[in-house]
Amino acid sequence: MMSTEILCCKNLTKRFGAKTALNGINLNIERGKIVGLLGPNGSGKTTLIKLANALLTKTDGEILINGLAPSAETKKIVSYLPDKTYLNSWMKVKDILNFFSDFYDDFNAQKALDMLARLDISPENRLKTMSKGTKEKVQLILVMSREAQIYFLDEPIAGVDPAARDYILNTIISNYNENASVVISTHLISDIEKVLDEAVFIQNGEIKLHKTVDEIRQENGSSVDNYFREVFKCL
Amino acid sequence: MGWNFSDDVPIYIQIMNHIKIMIISGIYKAGDKLPSIREIASDAGVNPNTVQKALQELERCGLIFSQRSVGKYITEDSQMIKSMKNNIAQSFVNDFFEKMSSIGFNKEETFNIIQSIIEGRS
Repeated sequence: MMSTEILCCKNLTKRFGAKTALNGINLNIERGKIVGLLGPNGSGKTTLIKLANALLTKTDGEILINGLAPSAETKKIVSYLPDKTYLNSWMKVKDILNFFSDFYDDFNAQKALDMLARLDISPENRLKTMSKGTKEKVQLILVMSREAQIYFLDEPIAGVDPAARDYILNTIISNYNENASVVISTHLISDIEKVLDEAVFIQNGEIKLHKTVDEIRQENGSSVDNYFREVFKCL
Repeated sequence: MGWNFSDDVPIYIQIMNHIKIMIISGIYKAGDKLPSIREIASDAGVNPNTVQKALQELERCGLIFSQRSVGKYITEDSQMIKSMKNNIAQSFVNDFFEKMSSIGFNKEETFNIIQSIIEGRS
């Protein structure tokens, strides 16, 4: 039985020593949504994503993926694109494909091969021979080729050119399925606004706002990007 | 990638308008099958849920209809398309008059300019 909420945080808190990274956040994400996790640098975006992937442990509160605490079990349904790569640069694309096939039952290698072929990336290519943009695309293809229930993409479009951004966003929307959710963290809002259902604004470890993009536009008569600039104006 | 969207209006409304324009300009013809939600989403560069919402609204106003499990079609009611075309033309002209009035031209002066441009003596 699938619950409607794929991600549920209750009073979730994470402290690093004296520093509070997440301060009692409450956040529910339903299935079938593309959600932007939007906030300035250091607001807690990556901390939240790492908690969801069991790479960090919470200090207090609760975080549930499909009703379960993050664990080996939830990793089967969570596909994660980290902000920094963990793949070794000497690896060939085909090595990484094997790696993913070994690790994840839901990895669709054929889908990944098809997407790579469309970009003229040979499975024999090594990561270290690729440009930054190409590396990002390869990693996104791997992550989106899993048939997961929730995707966490941490800054997927940072540092790539506008054409590569379009490719990445198109890959996200064309691989979307209605039972899965996609959480995209970024501060490049204007680029991703069109693909989002909902926006979550996060600041100093707290959720400032969680609304649909249409609501934000209707209520404020401005884009989410402009609204974000207003809310997070530097004094 | 994608269609151009302005900042101040919800995206689903802009998608509705875009599809209306494609219908009245004859890119989509009466009775034609619409591309799938996924195709439109990918073409426009937007979220499929947003396209879904736009199509639902268009369906509600009768401009498109669903054939179960086959897809969505443009209405065959050419009268309806014609009246929509008129409505949109009127709203374009109204926008234009508003713009002219913001630089101090009343309707008559605006009309005179239009006439002189048409007659090629601007």
